[in-house]
Amino acid sequence: MLRFILTRVSLVIPTFLGVTFLTFLLIRLVPGDPIEVRVGERGIPPERLLELRHELGLDRPLWHQFLDYIGGVLQGDLGVSLVTRNSVFSEFVTLFPATLELAALAMLFATVVGLPAGIVAAVRRGSIFDHGVMGISLTGYSMPIFWWGLLLILFFSVGLGWTPVSGRLDLLYYVEPVTGFMLIDTLMAGEYGAFWSALHHLILPMIVLGTVPLAVVARMTRSAMLEVLGEDYIRTAKAKGLAGKRVIGLHALRNALIPVVTVIGLQVGTLLGGAILTETIFSWPGVGKWLIESINRRDYPALQGGVLLIATTVMTVNLLVDVLYGVLNPRIRHSR
Amino acid sequence: MTTPTTTGVPETLPAASPPVSQPPHPLVEFWYHFRQNKGAMAGLAVILLIAVVALFAELVAPHDPNIQYRDAILVPPVWQEGGRWAFLLGTDDIGRDMLSRLIFGARLSMMIGLIVVTLSLAVGLALGMIAGFFGGVTDALVMRLMDILLSLPSLLLAVVVAAILGPGLVNAMLAVSIVVIPHYARLTRAAVMAETNKDYVVASRVAGAGPLRLMLVVILPNCVAPLIVQATLGFSTAILDAAALGFLGLGAQPPTPEWGTMLASSLQFLQRAPWVVTWPGVAILVTVLAFNLLGDGLRDALDPKLKR
Repeated sequence: MLRFILTRVSLVIPTFLGVTFLTFLLIRLVPGDPIEVRVGERGIPPERLLELRHELGLDRPLWHQFLDYIGGVLQGDLGVSLVTRNSVFSEFVTLFPATLELAALAMLFATVVGLPAGIVAAVRRGSIFDHGVMGISLTGYSMPIFWWGLLLILFFSVGLGWTPVSGRLDLLYYVEPVTGFMLIDTLMAGEYGAFWSALHHLILPMIVLGTVPLAVVARMTRSAMLEVLGEDYIRTAKAKGLAGKRVIGLHALRNALIPVVTVIGLQVGTLLGGAILTETIFSWPGVGKWLIESINRRDYPALQGGVLLIATTVMTVNLLVDVLYGVLNPRIRHSR
Repeated sequence: MTTPTTTGVPETLPAASPPVSQPPHPLVEFWYHFRQNKGAMAGLAVILLIAVVALFAELVAPHDPNIQYRDAILVPPVWQEGGRWAFLLGTDDIGRDMLSRLIFGARLSMMIGLIVVTLSLAVGLALGMIAGFFGGVTDALVMRLMDILLSLPSLLLAVVVAAILGPGLVNAMLAVSIVVIPHYARLTRAAVMAETNKDYVVASRVAGAGPLRLMLVVILPNCVAPLIVQATLGFSTAILDAAALGFLGLGAQPPTPEWGTMLASSLQFLQRAPWVVTWPGVAILVTVLAFNLLGDGLRDALDPKLKR
């Protein structure tokens, strides 16, 4: 078991180094060197330029710079934002809970709706319900989510006035951020009005971000269930005279869940990528919106740090899913 | 495919089996299975329609997509109050005909799909074949590189590449192409590895075929099925991601009638004139859905495991 986990972790290290190298290159591929970008149009005397280059270590060989960069990364030093002059790492950490809260709720929404829909579709294979679920989930899978968000805003916020258009909380409220998760912070502060406000703000972005994962979960659950329902042990369970619900709920679902859980884990990338669009539409103060703003402001250190941290998050989650999968399924653990 | 149960099969075969008729050509068999999938047929029909419209955009479109009719700003679609027959789907904020812009946008989206799939398929195929055929260090190097690309969310990677290259339609296509390369590379590698040790490959190796001939002439034709499916689905990813980049301002720039760009540039009219935002989205959704339906149908028809 320990060996399996160590193998998996060791496989991720080269990928991590590769991603670090890629983000390191990023800032050098952008036209103009970091100092020119920072100085902008004004320009500075050449001797000052040399001085600055030396200060930032830009006159050293590339490999040396890369080692410096890695050294900084491992200590959580990702440079300083060109615009705010704050440390990129602390900016990211401040904004990340907003994205995480949104992504977690989106995944919850996708699972709570997608899992039962997929199960029922599989059990009633070929029925109208099955065709309906499959049609809707393929549509969801094909959805340009930035447009979907606009439609929902148009209908629910502008038309019916049920939900707010943007942000995380009404301006009426102020809650001291403790965890950064608005739902938890408002409850801890005992501000129930603020809690409802936060929940209202979350609903539409949650649906928009959860749409693609919902489609994936429903389709995956259906096909996994169909596969399991054809197995001999299901026939045995039925032949023993067990009730249909018991066979489906206990015998079939448990085995069908393994691939579904994996797929849910692998949606983290989709969620963080989709967060860029969702946060832009709803003015959600998370890392997705921050990244797009960094691009528009040519704040390359912020972009570089943000990309590296998001990639690290995705890799970590994928690694956890991978290990968990091995723990749950001994066949995987011993086959490689 | 039915699995014969041992109890039902007679111990001895009939002495003289009647002459078997010629099996149908694989394409005929494929078409037979594909035709039964109504969704896939619908997808194919929609794609053909969009392709024809895109090809003959100049003839089909009622107006020039860039002409601004100063007397027809934000005209609603014809069935709404104030709509005009000259502008079936209405006009945008500077008086351009929505329908004509959508039609020219279809040409762009089809072109984006075609170029992105061709580029990424070519590079992914080459990388996957090399990795799968040679194995060892080459394989490890190529696949680790693909892992790095895969560890970034695809849209984030596309955004970063577009940010480095600068906004624009060509750069957006390049960005999306790079992002999807790993999918083709992984698929090709798996297929090649499954085939490489089969008898027919060993036979041609023994007969003196060189690595290039082995890869391209012997192995490749047997790995095509999953790649066709992936390429079809690749169209939808390409169109969707390019539109998302356009929406974020990193793709095609106005006044190019790219669907995502059209959406972004008319955002402030969302409340006053919902149609300027609705139509481009409908166009994206319908096109992407059609390609996904087609891809699913192709997978079912080409995958022998699912054939009944």
